[in-house]
Amino acid sequence: MRAWTRRLLVPIMVTGLLATAACGSDEQPTGNEKITLNVALFGDFGFKPLYEEYSKAHPNITIKERISDYAAHHQSLISHLATGSGAADIEAVEIGYLSSFTATPNRFHNLLDLGAGSLESQWLPWKWQQGLSTDKKTLIGLGTDVGGMAMCYRTDLFKAAGLPTDREAVSKLWPTWDEYVATGKRYKAAAPKSYFMEASGNMFRAMVEQAPTGVYDDADKLIVDSNAAVKKAWDLTVDAIAADQSAKLAAWTPEWSAAFGKGTFATIVCPAWMTAYIETNAKDAAGKWDIAAVPGGAGSMGGSHLALPKQGKHAQAAYDLITWLTAPEQQKKIFKATGNFPSTPSLYTDPDLTGFSKPFFNNAPLGKIFTASAQAVQPQHQGPKQGDVFNTIGAGLGRIEQGKQSADDAWKQVLSDVAKLG
Amino acid sequence: MRTWLYKADTQLSPYVYISPFFILFAVFGLFPLGYTAWVSLHDWSLLSDEHSFVGLGNYAELLADPYFWNALRNTLSILALSTIPQLILALILAHLVNRPLRAKTLWRLGMLLPNVTSVVAVVVIFSQLFGRDFGLINWLLESFGLGRIDWQAGVASSHVAIAAMITWRWTGYNALIFLAAMQAVPKELYESATLDGATAGQQLRKITIPSIRPTVIFVVIVSTIYGLQVFAEPQLFAGGGPNGIIGGPDRQFQTLTLYMYEHGFNRGFEFGYASATAWVMFGLIVLAAAVNYLITRRIRSSR
Repeated sequence: MRAWTRRLLVPIMVTGLLATAACGSDEQPTGNEKITLNVALFGDFGFKPLYEEYSKAHPNITIKERISDYAAHHQSLISHLATGSGAADIEAVEIGYLSSFTATPNRFHNLLDLGAGSLESQWLPWKWQQGLSTDKKTLIGLGTDVGGMAMCYRTDLFKAAGLPTDREAVSKLWPTWDEYVATGKRYKAAAPKSYFMEASGNMFRAMVEQAPTGVYDDADKLIVDSNAAVKKAWDLTVDAIAADQSAKLAAWTPEWSAAFGKGTFATIVCPAWMTAYIETNAKDAAGKWDIAAVPGGAGSMGGSHLALPKQGKHAQAAYDLITWLTAPEQQKKIFKATGNFPSTPSLYTDPDLTGFSKPFFNNAPLGKIFTASAQAVQPQHQGPKQGDVFNTIGAGLGRIEQGKQSADDAWKQVLSDVAKLG
Repeated sequence: MRTWLYKADTQLSPYVYISPFFILFAVFGLFPLGYTAWVSLHDWSLLSDEHSFVGLGNYAELLADPYFWNALRNTLSILALSTIPQLILALILAHLVNRPLRAKTLWRLGMLLPNVTSVVAVVVIFSQLFGRDFGLINWLLESFGLGRIDWQAGVASSHVAIAAMITWRWTGYNALIFLAAMQAVPKELYESATLDGATAGQQLRKITIPSIRPTVIFVVIVSTIYGLQVFAEPQLFAGGGPNGIIGGPDRQFQTLTLYMYEHGFNRGFEFGYASATAWVMFGLIVLAAAVNYLITRRIRSSR
């Protein structure tokens, strides 16, 4: 090759290479022999051992899992849906985001078309409903866990404050949230340096989720300003803040995680999945934690669905996998491993589940407590920006906790911020 | 034929050689910029298929939003709190390392260490130092009987904490750039200054700074651009969860990029609005760079 051709050709080739490299290639295997299914989750769902079991029975299926954190997972899912590529075959969707997808269901495979209709009886009716689009014609996701609520508490702190420690007696302290806050006042009087609850936002959220309607009415209209249940929850939470009951911890922060172990607060609203966080963050406090009933009856906080984005090329194979992963048998295994509570009521009479207890929680009967809680849940309609609305109200409570605003000013700002969301 | 090819070669080859950068820049730089401008004129939600044209509506809404101005104020405050001490420290540091020292390379490499640390790691460590309940700084304050500070809750305290992270990470890096420029200053100037009895501080002010003026301008502008786009520090400082997006419940440390992120990736994924924010930020950064240039150009007058 002559010198000039080399000088001219090399840069052209380099440019060309860069251009093709940028395009990349992700060809799908033709034929049905080997299929790789990608599963995208936020946090650990406890699926890993199940994949191995499934691959043994289906040697042609390879399962790959990718885990990111809660917010990043949902954000990348939405951008992948919007740009039309990059979503996994199977995507987990938490209830806080699910309602924005059920409002615009066209980017997901309709599981009813894939045969999910016959499985409906497996799930709690409200859990099934949550996965349906607004017009009830599309099913976006199959339910994994539900967040039936309980109240986790520290027996040692209760003892020090002169409160009963036995879980039956503790449950009797707070049939209602008013009595919960009243108990908190007793607690603060006896142990002024310690806090009764980790953060007021959780208490507020639990109260609203227990009401027949929450922040949205059935027509997806925001009713934060008109729903008396919301205002009542707000006022009672403000009352608890004024009594200095909250440790003012923001969830998922390092301070929050550290506080579990150090025992700076005595109670935390405890959906089933929360037990796993308590166990990991408070390793040294084994046996000191116990679980009582949640004030105000029951309600569900959190919980997820598994959905199939339309971009996925192996709809049938992915559907087969999620029906298996969410079948009662598998949900039971996951509950025992991670604490995520099944959404399949056939298990609620299974002694293997109802008899389940954990030494970490002073042998509290987790199975029995969360079963009772999940069965008592009254379904509540969730609107498209459910999660954002709660975050906005939570910020308002945060401003009161940090002494930035009076309760009235905070409420006014919450209402105007929420109105902007609509 | 030969001469024609030869001519084409000498005239075209240079362009072909430099083309990869410009092609990549056009694809990954100019196109997104233009597309963002286009998106910013629409009511563009990621989840819906309809994108209606709203003209400058997003910009009007943006400029009328008090939270935008709040974010701008926070950004400028954090910028001032971080850039000014950072540049002064970097100058002093470079000046010190530029003098005869044992194990020169060790000191110089050491200055780069904070910069090679991942920003996430930096923030995780600093967030723990600035922790309210179990933080080291509060523990120290308390042991001196000064009481605790809720670093995240206050406007000033949270800005100081975030600025501390930025300063820690970038001081050494800027010092190395200053150092490189200082090495080019003729030694004779210092020698004669020393003979005349000038102190180290006088030499820094009267000889070094005026001699490295172009580098100072460069560093000031680059730090300002970085400072206006600060994102990871405030986001991670809040420790995850919804407060990371709005910069604390009172938006006390929400920066412009966080504001953009809030609208782009929360609240219904309003990409049109977020794009408008991006363009306003772009304008602000160009403006800030121009103002910086004009101010720093006057350094010469101190000679």
